[in-house]
Amino acid sequence: MAEESAATFELTLNGERQIVDNAPTTTTLLDHLRQSGFVGTKEGCAEGDCGACTVAISAEDAGGEGQYQAVNSCLLPLAAAADRHIITVEGIARSELHPVQKAMVDGGGSQCGYCTPGFIMSLFAAYYAGNVDDRALEGNLCRCTGYLPIRRAAASLGRPAEDDPFTVTLDGLSPRLPERTYRYDGQAFFRPADLRSALQLLQTYPKATLIAGATDLGVEINKHRRRFATLISLEAVKELQGVTETDGHLRIGAAVPLSHLESVCQGIFPALDEMLRWFAARQIRNRATLGGNLGTASPIGDLSPVLLALDAEVEVAGPAGGRRIDIASFFTDYRQTALEPGEIIVGIHIPKTPPPGTARRISRSYKVGKRGTDDISIVAAAFTVDLDEGGTVVQARLAYGGVAATPVRAEGVEAFLTGKEWTLETVSEAKTQLFEAFTPLSDLRGSAGYRRLLSGNLLEKFYQETRTEADR
Amino acid sequence: MSKGRPHESAVGHVSGSAVYTDDQRPLSGMLSCFPVLAPHARARITRLEPGPALEQKGVVAVLTHRDIPGLNDTGSVVPDEVLLPEHEVSYWGQAVAWVVAESEESARLGAEKMVVSYQPLDPILDLETAIQAESFHGKAQVIRRGNPSDALEKAAHLLEGEVDMDPQDHFYLETQVSWAVPDSEGYLQVYASTQHPSETQAVIAHVLGLPANRVVVTSLRMGGGFGGKESQANPYAAIAALAARHTGRPVRVRLKREHDMILTGKRHGFLGRYRVGFSDDGTLEALELELFSDGGWSSDLSHAVLQRAMFHSDNAYFIPNMRVSGRVCKTNKASNTAFRGFGGPQGMLVIEEIVDRVARELGLPPHHVRERNFYRRGREVTHYGQTLTDDRTLRVWNDVKEAASFEARLQEVASFNQQNAHRKRGLGLTPVKFGISFTNTPMNQAGAYVLVYLDGSVQVNHGGTEMGQGLHTKMLQVAARALGVKEERVRIMPTSTDKVPNTSPTAASSGSDLNGMAVRQACEVLKTRIAGIAAKQLGLNTPEELVCKDDTIYPPGEPERKLSFDEVVARAYVEQVSLAAAGYYRTPNIYFDKSTGRGRPFHYFAYGCALSEVEVDGFTGQFTLRRVDITHDVGDSLNELVDRGQIEGGFVQGLGWLTSEAFLWDENGRPLTTEPSTYKIPTIGEVPEAFQVRLLERAEQPGVIYGSKAVGEPPFMLALSVREALREAVASFGTAHYVPLASPATPEAILRAIDGVRNEAEVADGSLITGD
Repeated sequence: MAEESAATFELTLNGERQIVDNAPTTTTLLDHLRQSGFVGTKEGCAEGDCGACTVAISAEDAGGEGQYQAVNSCLLPLAAAADRHIITVEGIARSELHPVQKAMVDGGGSQCGYCTPGFIMSLFAAYYAGNVDDRALEGNLCRCTGYLPIRRAAASLGRPAEDDPFTVTLDGLSPRLPERTYRYDGQAFFRPADLRSALQLLQTYPKATLIAGATDLGVEINKHRRRFATLISLEAVKELQGVTETDGHLRIGAAVPLSHLESVCQGIFPALDEMLRWFAARQIRNRATLGGNLGTASPIGDLSPVLLALDAEVEVAGPAGGRRIDIASFFTDYRQTALEPGEIIVGIHIPKTPPPGTARRISRSYKVGKRGTDDISIVAAAFTVDLDEGGTVVQARLAYGGVAATPVRAEGVEAFLTGKEWTLETVSEAKTQLFEAFTPLSDLRGSAGYRRLLSGNLLEKFYQETRTEADR
Repeated sequence: MSKGRPHESAVGHVSGSAVYTDDQRPLSGMLSCFPVLAPHARARITRLEPGPALEQKGVVAVLTHRDIPGLNDTGSVVPDEVLLPEHEVSYWGQAVAWVVAESEESARLGAEKMVVSYQPLDPILDLETAIQAESFHGKAQVIRRGNPSDALEKAAHLLEGEVDMDPQDHFYLETQVSWAVPDSEGYLQVYASTQHPSETQAVIAHVLGLPANRVVVTSLRMGGGFGGKESQANPYAAIAALAARHTGRPVRVRLKREHDMILTGKRHGFLGRYRVGFSDDGTLEALELELFSDGGWSSDLSHAVLQRAMFHSDNAYFIPNMRVSGRVCKTNKASNTAFRGFGGPQGMLVIEEIVDRVARELGLPPHHVRERNFYRRGREVTHYGQTLTDDRTLRVWNDVKEAASFEARLQEVASFNQQNAHRKRGLGLTPVKFGISFTNTPMNQAGAYVLVYLDGSVQVNHGGTEMGQGLHTKMLQVAARALGVKEERVRIMPTSTDKVPNTSPTAASSGSDLNGMAVRQACEVLKTRIAGIAAKQLGLNTPEELVCKDDTIYPPGEPERKLSFDEVVARAYVEQVSLAAAGYYRTPNIYFDKSTGRGRPFHYFAYGCALSEVEVDGFTGQFTLRRVDITHDVGDSLNELVDRGQIEGGFVQGLGWLTSEAFLWDENGRPLTTEPSTYKIPTIGEVPEAFQVRLLERAEQPGVIYGSKAVGEPPFMLALSVREALREAVASFGTAHYVPLASPATPEAILRAIDGVRNEAEVADGSLITGD
């Protein structure tokens, strides 16, 4: 690690190089921007749920090319912005308004205007990525317009010109992040570029906090006022990157942002596609990773049930070497995992082949929240049912989030289903059993009773929605 | 006047250069404040010790009740709202002290060190308990017409029931924020995100014990208000001012989102208890309705909110015998306040629920029963005695039905429901009739101050505040039209109490109506003076006949003799003519007598109608809003782009209130849903692509600025069509005659309602419907 240069780092803000040498590692990018006079970017919630603080950062797209990504600047530790280009709402107009700005003005897309800079930057990133649609805006709350004029403004956008200055800038960037060390006032931020260095750092700083997208960390900083002595960012570690597909498996690097998965994995696992559809919003998916979703071991992490239903394996590396952990034994208790001290999640392996004797695999996932879009689930469920020629269950996986202290499978009911005919009668009996399978809690998202009802109802919904004409 | 003119600050909004209260503060030298929150819903304060907080590095001062030189009260109507409590805390999170420090971080660390001891007392946390304990603010209000108890007895059918609805947080994107700068003479300049600068000024002045002329309050623009900054910006501005006075330095107060949601009031939760009598064909004969609102710990604007709920508990329906009474319950919660609709939504929710129930009881389509009960000839007087002179309910109703192919879609929905056991669709068609004016009659006044400079540029000051609703845009248009100049030369100034004094809040949808008239009047005074100069230049003695248009002035029919506005104005100084004028307006012919419950409280009514279609999932209770069709009456619109924005935005805000926005407390009265991760306002994903808004044609409103109508609040209640559509879809899962549905109708509440109608179906059929 380059200790000699650890007192400063650089970033490029609206095309201007900036040297940072006097900020705690846990200063957020948003605070830094506003303190530097870039007050166009707003704080609406400081927890990544409103999007008013959205800025664009340079990053790799799923194919390793440079891309502008919309991110919540309130969640991004400033050091994680090192060596990147940051573009804020003040930095996109040239002699005239940027096309996304002009579209919003003409369409009446702003009323109070407080959320508008965030919408502008979400649209900006989507404009260059070529994916301007509702999905690009789900992470931006607007309380005034009802979104309709914003949607119309988005729909009126064309494509960037070849000589668009932002396209040109992007083409000239090397998206790969270099390793980086930054120390300030007793705090340290490390961004190693390979696994060996990352493991070594974790040996040296056993109490360090591992981050990748830092979307959870940002909430800890802002909401719970936590400060972290040592942060090890894994987002540049090359072994944690990439999605590789073989005949039998899909391997997803632990630090791959979820927004990459949406495009790269599309069509391989319907249950994964469906859950990614409802997973947070784009600003979060641009930063959040599968490794992070597993590492925090939240009982309501939406991807955990999917991985449980697909019999995934977690690939970890540690001082003693690598190993694989069956996802079914990965979550040990509330926010506890089977990771040993010094171990890092490297990747996730999902088998593509159903067990022998399977003629048809049915697999889907479901999420129920108070709000359809960008909400934390009340219950999330993923089901995989493998049927033989005769329609008998070879193997069943019924996995849930939100019904217990950890993501969990209904193993008793799975056993009941195995060997049964996949019919409404079977499902009805399973539904009755599911009602008793868990003892969920009541909380501000939903009551225990609702969660118990959903456990079974979702299975029946799964049955009804996937049965073919032949089943009827 | 350009009807599609974008918001006057649109370019500033999209480029980040539109300045909000927290943006224009100096980057250094300003102190920050952090509140010390009481961890009890009700408790006696036994110790309040700032010493340890003052030892924290960076802390400059700690403000407690001991530091208030004037009145320790911020109540906007009733003086029952202590700013910094001395003896008792009245809701969970109430600020007992504010720590003032060099940085927000230091202030927070100081706040943690503050020593406060409490002796907990039993709180009142819900309406039922408050009613039992007779814990109320103020007196009961009653409006009565006819003889409801007799009529109820005589009616062919009688139903009674209860309906309750939860509160709603404003969730303006910009939280409460103010900052204050003292000067050497003891004067204060305060920048506040407030809808009511004059009241903010008055509150600061009496808290500090200063005359009002020592305090200037300026509201630049708000990042959303919705009523939440009508009265509730005042305490935070007062704290900033108090701290500035105390320390002699600039101080800001900016609430973190969580603190904003804990400390500030919401749309009132309501409980309604009703007895309704009706005939075989669904005609309403009599209604007795008791409304209870959750006022929270202090009165705030609750009495007026309740009154408006009572005024609107007829919605668009004539009820010949009616008694509606109301109480504001006093509970140990944050003080509930104004929120777009101001009681109107709650009143209308109740009557729509009742009308729907009447229809189902009789087995009639709800839209038939609604239409049957509309006000019409011979039935045009409201329960408070106001005659509807230009009722447009049927016009907007028929317009939606036709434009949205209502009858055909009823068939489509019925056939979808027949073919699908687990998914059901529903259509909801509901009208809105909303009274325009402050129901506190004296508040219906406004002032303006317009300045023309010798280069022909114009500054417009008026008493209204800009919170995104486009008021400044409309005022700019009104000024340009009244002066006969192009909009480019008009600048709207930040709202400031040193320009236009003693103003009303920007509220009650009245901003354009009141301020527009005042601006127009000022501009017409100026136009008369300018025309006088022009007439002299043209050698005419009939200045009143001159045409002022597009920056030119000419005799009628002789545009070739035109003088430019600039050249005429440039003469004013030499001619010794003043180019500054004040405008003033009061709404004529409105009054209301609270003691008799009779009067003409509204200048006029705004009308609208919406048809919503939903699809409900019988397994989860989740739903999708498939399509919305609205026809709304905005009069002769001043700006259609702005008005459509209000209609669409109001509807979606109402959608949130009725579906996803559940605000929850724990059993000790601690708010739980204090951030957007737990409090869910709609996203773009909840708003359907199929969303048609039509502005009612031939709708000029006499006696209102350029024939327009107020539009801020009325569209909010169009979202009741979603609630009624959900009820219709839920009903299709069974055969029930009564379909209670909680508000908000979250997926859990909808699933519960579905279970309810299925269970009722079981009883009715004597067979078990398992839900397949």
